Amino acid sequence: MSGIGSWKAEEFPRGAVIPESGNSRDYVTGGWRSERPVRSEEKCNQCLLCFIFCPDSAINVENEQVTTFNLDHCKGCGVCAAECPQDAIEMVPEGCELPGVNG
Amino acid sequence: MPTQKTLAVTGNTMVAEAIRQAAPDVIPAYPITPQTTVVEELSKFVANGRMHAEYVNVESEHSAMSAAIGASAAGARVATATSSQGLALMWEELHIAAGMRLPIVMFNANRALSAPINIHCDHSDVMGARDTGWVILFAETAQEAYDNTVMSFRIAEHPDVLLPVMSTADGFITTHAIDRAEIMDDETVAAFVGQYTPEFALLDTDNPVSHGSFAGLGGPYFEFKRSQRNAIDRAAGVIKAIGDEWAGICGRPFGMVETFGMEDAELAVVVIGSTAGNCRHVARELRAEGVKAGVVKVRCFRPFPAAELAAALAGVKAVAVLDRSESFGAQGGPLFLETCSALYGAENRPPVVDYVYGLGGSDVKLELIRSVYDDLSAIASGAAAASGLRYLGAR
Ligand code: SF4
Ligand code: SF4
Repeated sequence: MSGIGSWKAEEFPRGAVIPESGNSRDYVTGGWRSERPVRSEEKCNQCLLCFIFCPDSAINVENEQVTTFNLDHCKGCGVCAAECPQDAIEMVPEGCELPGVNG
Repeated sequence: MPTQKTLAVTGNTMVAEAIRQAAPDVIPAYPITPQTTVVEELSKFVANGRMHAEYVNVESEHSAMSAAIGASAAGARVATATSSQGLALMWEELHIAAGMRLPIVMFNANRALSAPINIHCDHSDVMGARDTGWVILFAETAQEAYDNTVMSFRIAEHPDVLLPVMSTADGFITTHAIDRAEIMDDETVAAFVGQYTPEFALLDTDNPVSHGSFAGLGGPYFEFKRSQRNAIDRAAGVIKAIGDEWAGICGRPFGMVETFGMEDAELAVVVIGSTAGNCRHVARELRAEGVKAGVVKVRCFRPFPAAELAAALAGVKAVAVLDRSESFGAQGGPLFLETCSALYGAENRPPVVDYVYGLGGSDVKLELIRSVYDDLSAIASGAAAASGLRYLGAR
């Protein structure tokens, strides 16, 4: 959909259809977030429950290990923090300095 | 060779037959008076194997239109029917169907809106939906309800249009009274309507697409709305061409605007729907008395045939518009406003008066129509002021 910003009315696909599949990845929704998850390496036992429960697939995993949060898509719902059996995730208000996780 | 059969039949039966013959894939519907017998007949057709459609019983008109939108986006040909509060309950989705450019065909049995509760004819429901982006056709008779509904599928699915179409007829008057009407044979209608091949279908897994996407601030929402306006403007030419094509097959002329006695008329009444018959009857009587009376019936309300209406009214001395709905707080009813706009640039613009009549099925007697022509005579001779909204037959 390159050049979309300069298209005229009749140049768009009918009915606002997007004829390229897999396009939801391009739609960055992280900007709606007011809190973000911060994970403690020490408390986390890599059970991957947070990865399973995240409704936005916003938890990055490499080699079966949680690494980072995809903050382009994390909406800050806090489901991961609520589900973590280790209390390893804390929800932190956006705009704050990183705290000591969970005190 | 096309063959037609003459029936003694209600408008609703003719609409159900038209939908059966057009062979939609999906019919999501909820019954509401006076549309009920349309969806009853359709469900019987499906149950008896006379048509092969997915008939979806839904729990409200809101769900009926939701299911229609979903099925149409999936790639199906979809038809449904509604009336009054049911149409009002669909309102937010009427915009979605039009914005997503889904060629859904819906019949509306024109009926008053509450409060107070009333199940009889007026145009308040459909006029409330006039700016939702649907093509809107009005029928005078069971025959026109049939012809308009057959044509609706072609208009909706035309590649230059791709918009939902509302085919309407007056509640109880046209939907329930037994009328004389001709039904075309199934093969001819099937060939006329043709197959529907969607441009984008959700169920086409080889060509995946996203439907119902978001176009927020800075996005192309404005451009999409403009392309929708272009589409409904283009629909005018498409409706005329398809109307001519159907007229060539069935032998009944189709005009966006249909006239009676307008060649030399001095006094003209502009009307939509079933009341046109009464108006022609009175105009015929008046012409026998030497009064140059004429009638202009508007058969397509969206897109509004402004140029045709202005041409039909060129040269008259006074015009009365009959509105079967209120536009509370406006200068007059919806048809009056459109008529005034259509005449705005005309040379020798005639005086135009508006009569709101027949709300909630209230009787439209011939004497009332005659009183309108009497008023027009007075206005044409300069004896009466030509302004203000008048109520025809209200105490
Ligand atoms: S806050 Fe919600 S969206 Fe963000 S990573 Fe946790 S579960 Fe996913
Ligand atoms: S749920 Fe908690 S413990 Fe399990 S992987 Fe996620 S952060 Fe670590």
